[in-house]
Amino acid sequence: MSRLRRFFRTPEAIVGALILALLAAMALAAPLLFPGDPQAIAGPALLPPFQDWSLPLGTDRLGRDVLAELFHGARTSLAVGLAAAAAALLIGAVVGTLAGFAGGLVGEVLMRITDAFQTVPSFLLALAFVSVVGPSLGVVVTAIALGAWTGPARVARAEVLSIRERDYVAGARVVGMHPLEIAFREVLPNALPPVLALSSVIVAAAILTEAALSFLGLGDPNRVTWGGMIAEGRTVLRTAPFLSVVPGIALVLTVLGVYLAGEGVVESTAVRRSLS
Amino acid sequence: MSVLAVSNLAKRYHRGGKPFAAVDDVSFEIGPAETLALAGPSGSGKSTIARLVLRLIEPDAGRIDFEGADFLALSGAALRARRARLQMVFQDPLAAFNPRATVARVLDDPLRIHGLASRAERPRHIAALLERVGLDPALAARAIHEISGGQRQRVAIARAIATRPSLIVLDEAVSALDVSVRAQILELLLDLQRQERIAYLFISHDLGVIRAVAHRVVILDAGRIAESGDARAVIVNPQSAIGKALVAATPRLTRNRP
Repeated sequence: MSRLRRFFRTPEAIVGALILALLAAMALAAPLLFPGDPQAIAGPALLPPFQDWSLPLGTDRLGRDVLAELFHGARTSLAVGLAAAAAALLIGAVVGTLAGFAGGLVGEVLMRITDAFQTVPSFLLALAFVSVVGPSLGVVVTAIALGAWTGPARVARAEVLSIRERDYVAGARVVGMHPLEIAFREVLPNALPPVLALSSVIVAAAILTEAALSFLGLGDPNRVTWGGMIAEGRTVLRTAPFLSVVPGIALVLTVLGVYLAGEGVVESTAVRRSLS
Repeated sequence: MSVLAVSNLAKRYHRGGKPFAAVDDVSFEIGPAETLALAGPSGSGKSTIARLVLRLIEPDAGRIDFEGADFLALSGAALRARRARLQMVFQDPLAAFNPRATVARVLDDPLRIHGLASRAERPRHIAALLERVGLDPALAARAIHEISGGQRQRVAIARAIATRPSLIVLDEAVSALDVSVRAQILELLLDLQRQERIAYLFISHDLGVIRAVAHRVVILDAGRIAESGDARAVIVNPQSAIGKALVAATPRLTRNRP
């Protein structure tokens, strides 16, 4: 497919896609390579990396296998990042399209609600939401999406404001199409490319927010998370820095991979848009 | 009885804080199977009138009667249902379609929305519509951006006639086409008018084209009617200053209405 070829034309897209593919492979392979509970004790406590090849990255304070935790943590990071971004994009696109297409009082009310959400720092919002409702994966996803949908909503609205003046929207009205069908079938799909361009930033931010929540002990306690691992290693930072450094590197690489792949997507769609 | 009767239509806009009349006290009628041309320089209110007649924008004053009933009184589902009888063809045949659409989807919409054919029957209807406007039914599977400008304008005409309207507003419908394609599209429009008795509100700045297809002409200047009458008579002997200027600006007028 030509779009895929265009995507792989830039080196950053290739690197980003490779990192993401590796991450996805880690997440998918985790239950196969490390069956059983990654939070179970696997050996002596605080074993440094590359000493015992049955525990290649060593063990943490309680003797848990760091590599197993890393693999299982990739699952959580990816799942939370993707789910939160998908939810934020969906809410944002729908609210933005309605606000832009309806205009008038409905549009004003929707945009003032968007303003209200945007003025509250998104991390604070997530923190407050999780502390009130209680930490679980679904709540963490909702909390992150709650702070991230305003950007897509604004971009979608701006795009819809320009698209709704186009002839083909007038054409759809002349044909007798229902306004909701015009908004979601004619306008929204054409307003999506710039909104989707935000997805890499949102996924990356969502992964970081999840890590920060876990670091503060507000992640799902039944799941291994990279943020939780960093927090766990903090107490022994001087004697066993690898416990924080390893998940830290994983986090940096993941966010970098998401950004680079997102950049590639933006590049390839930008070409497409300038053609059409 | 007239298909469309517009009386004392007015629409004001604000430009730089000052109000100006885009359309001011405009009245005209169109009979069945008649072509009324709206002519005038840019900014004379031609396209605004088209959009008012189609209820794409709302007038500040005046009355629009369509097929003997008050068109401005309709709203919501009743207005959408009535739109089947009143269609439009746009100037730019690319901008008039959703960039993601295929030919089949464009023609499917009016049939589906107005319940003119069941899902199973629609492909047959779409093929018949394409044949009616002189296109190969195999084009149905193509994307809109894959076909030529002339073909696109034929698809636009097919979409407009899908609901069997009594009036089609043609807003500079042939202005963006090259000369040979333009002649073919005009032939198609005249043929459809003869066969289906469709009335046209034909908006153009080109008096040569107007003389070839229109029965009557209304010449607009700054939102007001400058003069109106039989198309040939007005073009041969314009009375108003703007009419004289438009005729003088047209290179040569050799074609007659066939």
